Amino acid sequence: MNATEKEGITFDNVGLRYGADREVLSDVSFTLFPGSFYFLTGASGAGKTSLLKLLYLAQRPSRGAIRMFGTDVITLPRNRLPSYRRRLGVVFQDFRLVPHLSAYDNVALPLRVSGVREADLKKPVRDMMEWVGLGHRIDARPATLSGGEQQRVAIARAVIGRPELLVADEPTGNVDPEMALKLLRLFESLNRMGTTVVVATHDVHLLKKVPESLIMRLDKGRLSDPTGALRYPPRANTQAGNRGDGRG
Amino acid sequence: MKKPPAIGKTTVRGLNPFGGERAAQLVPQARLAGPMPWVIAIMIALTVIAAAGGLALNNVASNARADLAGGATVQILEASKQERNRQATAAEAMLAEHPAVASTRRVPDAELDALLEPWLGVGADNEAVPMPALIDIRLRDDATEDTLNALRGLLVSAAPSARVDAQSSWLAPVFSAISSLQWLSAALVILLGLTSAAAVWLAARSALGANNETIEIVHLLGGTDVQIARIFERSIGFDATLGGAVGLALGLIVILFLGQRFDELGSGMMAGGGLDWLDWIAIAIIPLIGVAIAMLTARITVLGALRRLL
Repeated sequence: MNATEKEGITFDNVGLRYGADREVLSDVSFTLFPGSFYFLTGASGAGKTSLLKLLYLAQRPSRGAIRMFGTDVITLPRNRLPSYRRRLGVVFQDFRLVPHLSAYDNVALPLRVSGVREADLKKPVRDMMEWVGLGHRIDARPATLSGGEQQRVAIARAVIGRPELLVADEPTGNVDPEMALKLLRLFESLNRMGTTVVVATHDVHLLKKVPESLIMRLDKGRLSDPTGALRYPPRANTQAGNRGDGRG
Repeated sequence: MKKPPAIGKTTVRGLNPFGGERAAQLVPQARLAGPMPWVIAIMIALTVIAAAGGLALNNVASNARADLAGGATVQILEASKQERNRQATAAEAMLAEHPAVASTRRVPDAELDALLEPWLGVGADNEAVPMPALIDIRLRDDATEDTLNALRGLLVSAAPSARVDAQSSWLAPVFSAISSLQWLSAALVILLGLTSAAAVWLAARSALGANNETIEIVHLLGGTDVQIARIFERSIGFDATLGGAVGLALGLIVILFLGQRFDELGSGMMAGGGLDWLDWIAIAIIPLIGVAIAMLTARITVLGALRRLL
């Protein structure tokens, strides 16, 4: 195992089927290089959300191997999975904010789950809310926020714990182009600080906005990787060199 | 775009367990506006009443047994009044000398007449309906069969019409009925406990269903099963505490009311059915046990449901 595989995330011939249906993902193999930026594209039903579910440990594959941060997460006992989930950030397509909690409490949730003391999380949460431009809406309930604002709360919640991997499922699907670009810049900022980012999108225009990104294309459950760059990414194509600044 | 704020070095993770008020917020609380505390209150009230009934019956039986254990009754079953009086006098004199006997008392005819008055009316003719002479004996020890046989042997010659019985034997059917009622109250307490657990199980399942989205979010954010279960445990624990307090208060009101009614009966037997301080402690513990059962049930239910998630 090389250093990339030890720090990063590797899928090896992964297949996924729900029940007795045909596989929604077949023979998916790739390595997410630490600190790199990936777009996951494909038509509706290509398996993007299923692949993301595997990435954020909401689903086990039917076959194949997944290594995450140097550990085989397929055979890992389920009581050890939470510590790996805490190293991930997820932006769901439908935001999945807790409706009866304020924006502040939604953003604070990952830190509270991780055992951060109340006194210690006030400043980071407020700073994060400022960072996503919602410093004035910290007490607002999700129902009173616009779609774009809810999206930013969801992003703030995903990144507050400084995840090593950020997974975003169609994060720009519910916002206007201007807001989409702003959100993308947020992801880039985080990526520059060392977080590996995977953004699932079917918006081809978005791909051009991050020139350094690698493209993962799913077609009917199969990942196209004609050059092998996804499985064996050249170091020059990644932003690994930018990692490590600013980690608290 | 400015850099995202870094979490300060002070935000050390894992020091503080996810719990308390903040964690409890994840599950919306209806408190007394919801059905759960009231279901538990009714269950606890019924359990308290059933338990108090069982304990009171136990005390009635214990006190009656203690009172009757050393008692025996001698009946002189003789139709002739003169012979009956002669044998009664002789028997009383002989019994008083016996070492096993602590005291004797001939039940006066007037007292017997008063006892029988409800059935025979005032001024019943004793010659037409001959009544036995009764001698009440207090023994130094319990009225065992050996002691009773010794007394029977003593009276054979002087009072051949005497019949000696332990007082407790008169009330054997009553004790049997009390024992059945005690078993019934114990069964009621157990059934009510199981029903409470089932109600909590349903409530926990319902709360899980209603908060499924939230649970999944916390789960995907790295929340452990125990953390999530604790949120529900705490929520149900609050409901059970509220319900337990209300139920205990309702139960106590009923117990005190019934106690007052039984006191007014003035029955010697019922007077022994009061609750002592150990009984009151046992009753006070019922809501605590209810809360513990509710929290344990919630925990087991939620952990079982969470195991179905990855």
